[in-house]
Amino acid sequence: MDDSATRLPILLAAATLFAAVASLFIGYAPLSASTVIDGLVNDTGTAGVIMRDIRLPRMLLGVLSGAALGMSGAALQGLLRNPLAEPGVMGIASFASLGAVIAIYFGLSTAFSFALPLTAMLGALIAAVVLSLLSGRDNGVLTLILAGVALANLAAALMALALNLAPNPYAVSEIVFWILGSLKDRSFDDVLLAAPFVAAGLALLASTGRALDALTLGEDAAKSLGIEVVSIQRRVIAGVTLAVGASVAVTGAIAFVGLIVPHLCRPFVGHTPSRLLIPSAIGGALLVLTADIAVRLVPSGPELMLGVFTSLIGVPFFLWLVFKLRRELT
Amino acid sequence: MTALSLTNLNVALGGRTVLSRIRANFGAGECVAIMGPNGSGKSTLMRAAAGLVAPLSGDIVLQGKPMAAWRRADLAREIAYLPQGGEVHWPLTVRNIVALGRLPHAHRFAKKSDADEAAIARAMQACDITHLADRPATSLSGGERARALLARALASEAKIILADEPFAQLDPSHQLHAMEVLKAASEAGALVIVVLHDLSIAARHASRVLLLSEGHVAADGPPTTTLVSETLRKTFGIDAFIGDHAGAPVILPLRRRA
Repeated sequence: MDDSATRLPILLAAATLFAAVASLFIGYAPLSASTVIDGLVNDTGTAGVIMRDIRLPRMLLGVLSGAALGMSGAALQGLLRNPLAEPGVMGIASFASLGAVIAIYFGLSTAFSFALPLTAMLGALIAAVVLSLLSGRDNGVLTLILAGVALANLAAALMALALNLAPNPYAVSEIVFWILGSLKDRSFDDVLLAAPFVAAGLALLASTGRALDALTLGEDAAKSLGIEVVSIQRRVIAGVTLAVGASVAVTGAIAFVGLIVPHLCRPFVGHTPSRLLIPSAIGGALLVLTADIAVRLVPSGPELMLGVFTSLIGVPFFLWLVFKLRRELT
Repeated sequence: MTALSLTNLNVALGGRTVLSRIRANFGAGECVAIMGPNGSGKSTLMRAAAGLVAPLSGDIVLQGKPMAAWRRADLAREIAYLPQGGEVHWPLTVRNIVALGRLPHAHRFAKKSDADEAAIARAMQACDITHLADRPATSLSGGERARALLARALASEAKIILADEPFAQLDPSHQLHAMEVLKAASEAGALVIVVLHDLSIAARHASRVLLLSEGHVAADGPPTTTLVSETLRKTFGIDAFIGDHAGAPVILPLRRRA
């Protein structure tokens, strides 16, 4: 088990690197391999613009948002001891989208560029705090999922309201972008806007590993093993808020990544919560990059939105998990 | 030497008084059985002693230092606490569950030391679960899991062991075995406090019995003075047969009193 636990991140990292490179070579403009490299390295002509302003930011955002969602899912599942916990399912990502939509709707984002990540993080924070208050001591699986459903629906309703009242078609398309989630048409500014917050969030989450291991035995046992459970809860909420809030602020809600990735990695790390964090971050990046390559390859007329695509994969997966867990749920 | 002292301890949960005016001193080397009817405050007493619930008033002093002055990380090396119920949320292997008991001794990012490995092996041996080491803990029977969790508590090799109903799901042989393991820990110098319901096991193996009734200490002392007809009648409302087998008591509840 020790072997596979150390091999997994390396394998995942290699696959992610491959997907990242592949992602640079795939796009709507037919560029030859040599033009791609030339554009990237020398910033020459149209190829330079396409590579540096379109494909590279798109790839980097895929890595950032995937890592944020994957590790957030793993940390939330460890904290709540609930394999269905995930930023999307729990409404955290929806609330972050809502925050972004509010910033656009009221023109905050044009007034000052950090308004977008800040309102998105505020949205994520509100959802995370409400959920952690609701989950309480007994952290019932059902309570949490139902609370998540309620939050996601509330966010959807408020975003629909924003669509309803949107002053012009431009605003409508912007809002739809955040509801559906996508990496397209992003710029390097978006990468720079999100990266520091995502990095800070990931660092916070990565520091909770031992505590999450101890929580396997429940809160009292974890405390008796020297873990300050309340401060760990706060750290996970802060980490998820920073990472998911900032990535949603630039990509919109990309659902189910945080559900699927930790679940697939878990058997390879002996189900140990601390060993799941890093592989889930790398695996999340891999999943988002791969899905983003897929939406560009699927001949669908207008590009399939990434969030729609991950939901199409994620919902059946979620149902399958519920089916597997249904004895515990009742 | 007093390892743990409780003075005028009052604890309330959700506005209801659960423990009132508890006064007891526990020394190293004692093997104390906490007994009492359901809802008499046994688990709350254990949680308070482990520093998991703050008392309304009164003092808890551990190794000469007030509970509030202990850092949780340091406390974890002094006290091994085994909660009631035995939650295990992920299918970790039994070895990895037992290894969690070494967390209080771990340095950040450091690998397990030889001392850790030795303590884990000893604890698994003591609880008779070495053959289950690679099984996922969630696939074990209730009794096997209880033994794995007891081993987790022993693995920390703390000087104070607080075990809340560790025998609930064990078969008679493993009940005796687990009690012997705890007894051995106390003979090696640890303070062992264990909540249990089996009157005979307490009478035969504990060095001291603390009887709780409705949050009060109803009796406290060696089993020969505490587990007697009169106190059993008063605290549990039962008539019991108290016999003798080879110089040690045997207690069998006979009937409930109206």
